[in-house]
Amino acid sequence: MPILNERDRREVQEQLMILTGSVKLVNFTQELACQYCRETEQLLREVKELSDKISLEVYNFQLDKEKVAEYRVDKIPATVVEGSKDYGIRFYGIPLGYEFVPFLEAVKDVSRGSTDLTPETRAVLAGVREPVHLQVFTTPT
Amino acid sequence: MRLAHQFAMESDFITGDAVEATEFPHLAQRYQVRAVPRTIVNELGAIEGALPESRFLEGVLAAAQQKD
Repeated sequence: MPILNERDRREVQEQLMILTGSVKLVNFTQELACQYCRETEQLLREVKELSDKISLEVYNFQLDKEKVAEYRVDKIPATVVEGSKDYGIRFYGIPLGYEFVPFLEAVKDVSRGSTDLTPETRAVLAGVREPVHLQVFTTPT
Repeated sequence: MRLAHQFAMESDFITGDAVEATEFPHLAQRYQVRAVPRTIVNELGAIEGALPESRFLEGVLAAAQQKD
């Protein structure tokens, strides 16, 4: 049974029509002991089907250690939203519910390769020279 | 949530994780997540709630300067 119903699909497809640059979704998963891994992978497959700009790579968190290290993911399900480069955008847990809109926004933003932040904010961020790790905790509903 | 990801896009030094609190209860507990969104900056600082861009930026910079 699909996660996105027919109406969701049409709406998402419409939103993704604006994509210009390629988007790579990189999913880390495993078969057992991961409540939402299977659903997350399924959701990403469904989203991928809605735009030819989107590709999907799925890796096993236990076995694909090189990729785990490359993308620096430390828990699953993990989804990296990558554009022309890896911008450092991660979703841990299924990007559904309240996370679905930010997920689609991230897809659109990386595809465009730019943000709509103010020039002032961008100037300040461009000056950051130390690693900053932001973890935004949310809930599905 | 989107701001954190946009910040990540604008700086190679910034990473933005969306973490679903109910799927990672041990982290929600470690970072004392009682209301969402709660943003943890470099393990040390925290920003409560969804803030407008300029205030979120201030919060991130202030929190990033905290040392343990």
